[in-house]
Amino acid sequence: MNILSLFVLIPLLMLLGLWIARNVNQVRGVMVAGSTLLLALAAYLTVSYIGQRHAGATAEMLFTDSIVWYAPLHICYSVGVDGISVVMLLLSAIIVFTGTFASWKLKPLTKEYFLWFTLLSTGVFGFFISTDLFTMFMFYEVALIPMYLLIGVWGSGRKEYAAMKLTLMLMGGSAFLLIGILGIYYGAGAETMNILEIVQHKIPTEMQRIFFPMVFLGFGVLGALFPFHTWSPDGHASAPTAVSMLHAGVLMKLGGYGCFRIAMYLMPTGAAIWGDFFLVLTTISVVYGAFSAVVQTDLKYINAYSSVSHCGLVLFALLMMTRVSATGAILQMLSHGLMTALFFALIGMIYGRTHTRDIRQLSGLMKIMPFLAVGYVIAGLANLGLPGLSGFVAEMTVFVGSFQNPDLFHRTCTIIATMSIVITAVYILRVVGKILYGTCQNPEHLKLTDATWDERFAVICLIIAVAGLGLAPYWVSNVISGSVEPIISQLIR
Amino acid sequence: MDYTILILALPVLSFLVLALAGMKMPHRVAGTIGTLSLGAVAVLSYLTAFNYFSAPRTAEGLYPTLIPWNIEWLPFTSSLHIDMGILLDPISVMMLVVISTVSLMVHIYSFGYMKGEVGFQRYYAFLSLFTFSMLGLVVATNIFQMYVFWELVGVSSYLLIGFYYTKPEAIAASKKAFIVTRFADLGFLIGILIYGYYMQTFTFNPGTERLMQAGMVLPWALGLMFIGGAGKSAMFPLHIWLPDAMEGPTPVSALIHAATMVVAGVYLVARMFPLFIGFAPHTLHLVAWVGAFTAFYAASVACAQSDIKRVLAFSTISQIGFMMVALGVCTAANPHEGGLGYMASMFHLFTHAMFKALLFLGAGCIIHAVHSNEMETMGGLRKYMPITHITFLIACLAIAGIPPFSGFFSKDEILTACFQYSPVMGWIMAIIAGMTAFYMFRLYYCIFWGKENKELHAHHVPHESPLTMTFPLMFLALVTIVAGFIPFGHFVSANGESYDIHLDWTVAGTSIAIAVIAIALATWMYAREQQPVADMLATHFSTLHRAAYKRFYMDEIWLFVTKKIIFRCISTPLAWFDRHVIDQFMNFMAWGTNAAGETVQPIQSGKVQTYTHYFLAGIIVLTIILLLN
Repeated sequence: MNILSLFVLIPLLMLLGLWIARNVNQVRGVMVAGSTLLLALAAYLTVSYIGQRHAGATAEMLFTDSIVWYAPLHICYSVGVDGISVVMLLLSAIIVFTGTFASWKLKPLTKEYFLWFTLLSTGVFGFFISTDLFTMFMFYEVALIPMYLLIGVWGSGRKEYAAMKLTLMLMGGSAFLLIGILGIYYGAGAETMNILEIVQHKIPTEMQRIFFPMVFLGFGVLGALFPFHTWSPDGHASAPTAVSMLHAGVLMKLGGYGCFRIAMYLMPTGAAIWGDFFLVLTTISVVYGAFSAVVQTDLKYINAYSSVSHCGLVLFALLMMTRVSATGAILQMLSHGLMTALFFALIGMIYGRTHTRDIRQLSGLMKIMPFLAVGYVIAGLANLGLPGLSGFVAEMTVFVGSFQNPDLFHRTCTIIATMSIVITAVYILRVVGKILYGTCQNPEHLKLTDATWDERFAVICLIIAVAGLGLAPYWVSNVISGSVEPIISQLIR
Repeated sequence: MDYTILILALPVLSFLVLALAGMKMPHRVAGTIGTLSLGAVAVLSYLTAFNYFSAPRTAEGLYPTLIPWNIEWLPFTSSLHIDMGILLDPISVMMLVVISTVSLMVHIYSFGYMKGEVGFQRYYAFLSLFTFSMLGLVVATNIFQMYVFWELVGVSSYLLIGFYYTKPEAIAASKKAFIVTRFADLGFLIGILIYGYYMQTFTFNPGTERLMQAGMVLPWALGLMFIGGAGKSAMFPLHIWLPDAMEGPTPVSALIHAATMVVAGVYLVARMFPLFIGFAPHTLHLVAWVGAFTAFYAASVACAQSDIKRVLAFSTISQIGFMMVALGVCTAANPHEGGLGYMASMFHLFTHAMFKALLFLGAGCIIHAVHSNEMETMGGLRKYMPITHITFLIACLAIAGIPPFSGFFSKDEILTACFQYSPVMGWIMAIIAGMTAFYMFRLYYCIFWGKENKELHAHHVPHESPLTMTFPLMFLALVTIVAGFIPFGHFVSANGESYDIHLDWTVAGTSIAIAVIAIALATWMYAREQQPVADMLATHFSTLHRAAYKRFYMDEIWLFVTKKIIFRCISTPLAWFDRHVIDQFMNFMAWGTNAAGETVQPIQSGKVQTYTHYFLAGIIVLTIILLLN
């Protein structure tokens, strides 16, 4: 059996295990076993992928396999990975693993919560391994639907409203996406849904002109493209901790990944036609998200807007269409995934203690919960691009790459986008100064305790990942940039 | 010179040990770990300097540029990649010596100064991190490595300035320092991007061919890089973070704001000097004028401050202005024909680091003794603190430019270079040098002579500091006395050739005369118990005095820009727009769909009679259409 299918099979077995689990401990056991296995599998896959590349494997995708699923429409279960999907799988595995520990003490309905959580992960893993348009779309939907219940049932605040809004907006995007995918299928006229085969055929320019924006927008909604980002602040604010982690950490990456792998790869002419238009939107996202974050008072809103800015940078870098900038985009997905997950995990832990996320009501937490506070500072520093943590590596690759695109319009956009690094520093330091430093004003908060072992474990794992990527980016960058090559050469041609 | 890697590795190790396990250690152990590792770094730096400068010169009479370590850290394209490595050339070796010496002194001093403070271990961890970043910055093999460590320096100074994180002023000051320098770094980053794109390399010498092709791009790139340097080196108008940064512990001020971080900008210009002088001389002269204005501005503000650390802060800004001017007035790379400024600037950087660290550490002893930064709590302290008094006086004489102290020699070279460039620049800088002597002696008299605050001192008798604190003072004072006689031109000069420093006695005579007059004036005004002249001047020119005291309202202007423009005029409306326009549009779409559903819903009533009506109406309409066709 193909190693990649394990990424879907293990979550399915976990679902079965959760279903028959009798008590909370059994549920936790299944989750820990499954997510550890997934993490090990992702690590093994990464190592063997690098090994094969070193041994001289030149195929665009490795570990490929295909099983016909629905012959009349040429739908197959086709899998395969390149460097981009390998790192995305690794990212997802890390987030699922740490997310399990971050929701260790979640109540009520623990079993049901983890059922939906695992189903969501199934969709995410399935999406990243697939190379078949329809299968990808299916997994995409599998990843989206559980979000509605996870937020609606286990969320906080205006959870029903937020869940509804998030689901409807993303479903709206999916509708465009479905039309776009059908457009690609018929446009290529190749009687196949497999990306690797479609790319051999040229889709007529007129069809690209129509269908490129549909696919790009469809995925762009999930990637928080301005002005379709408004589901994100409400959704994140209401979602429970691990769901926020998974959503901002991985799910939003589906957007960038899809834009690159499907929209731009298969419709390069469309990308050339629409590139400038979307570039303006993403530049707005980058700066607008950062400025909006400056005045927010809810910790999760700050991070949601920060995510708009950082995910905007992903799409921005993709549209710059140089090899370095695209590598930067993937690195940024990875980096943003890790550090946002860390952020949301910490916010969840702080909220779990203080029962407020309003920065005006929090102060002096450094003295009360030093571990969480230090973690928060590290996450903040990663976010504002401190060298040695992941954010710097990603942002610098994006900016250097974008600068390789020499015309005036792209240059201007790049320079505007670089401004975001200053604004990021403003909102991060504002929060750190307000909630962590100073003296605690609320006597109730003085009684609070620092992180428990499960929380510490989750936080430390994420910090190690963030620092690892930031300190030794060489391998990751090489793995990604090798795989970006074929896609970019399509675009430049 | 493989062992140079240890110069970077040891501070990192001590940082990691202290950061991860420090909280469980007793204070003494944590401090010893930090100090020992820094001691080893200092020894290695001296060894490096000795080996480097005693090795034979190349055939052209230059010291070779060595790169004992270089690894590719982050690849972009085949020619563009960020490398991490160690580059040894005269200025980087000199900086290694400066940084490790001052840092070691600060480590030793902090034993006494920070004794019993909460977070002692954290303090030493941050000191190690800062020293590592600064050392990494000076040995950078390429401009991007410099930027990497530049940012690390920024963050570690943020952590150190905000060390007393429960104090609102410290929080605000650390935030301000980081954001202002970040803003400047934006210029640096864009400069690097331009440089990287047109030079196709991040190394410091892209090759003449590339440089010739670049044309007008290079001056722009270098100018943008200078903005970054101006931010870190507190050039007007980006200087506003430095006076506030005095909220950090005083030894930190000695380390960051005297000797190391603030000279990073000068070092950057010196590092890019061959490109500046060859391809962007006008940008270089712009640097000189920015430096001159900053030096003048800061010197005039320093005359009116009452907080001793702020006086020193503005004095630092002013002295860095001198270094920038010295670099900027160069017109050629040959030290005999217009390239003297480069050597002068590096020389002044070296001597200034020593005597300014001495001044800050001395100020730390004083603050330790009277528990306040304000001059009015001092006066007459010479009786209580003899060692601090003498060492402080030596540093004041050095900064004022009195021979034979080190500051005289370096400042004299700067003035000579300025006079060579243009007499206007020469006289401007000579006058600022006079102002320097004046405000430093005003400070000196107000602390050690003048009107004693007897009431306070009777209540709490000031005392001399312990040996851990006075030893660094004495050591640095010794360096200040002898450093002027170092044949600096033999080691560092603009084109690398050996250069003999010879005093130009007309310039030297002028500068000594000005300094002596300024000191005499300060003595007349401030040395006595009553200070009628100073009080009279302050009342007669109250507007000017107040403006200078308020630093010519630069902070208010910046506050206006950040609070009003960014916060009120951009962010708040944008956030409102997001919530009330974009989001409401989405809600409107949802509401519209809902309303449409509500509207058509009654049609599906389930009544067969109604359906029959629709059915009949439909048939009639269809029939009519068919008939008309």
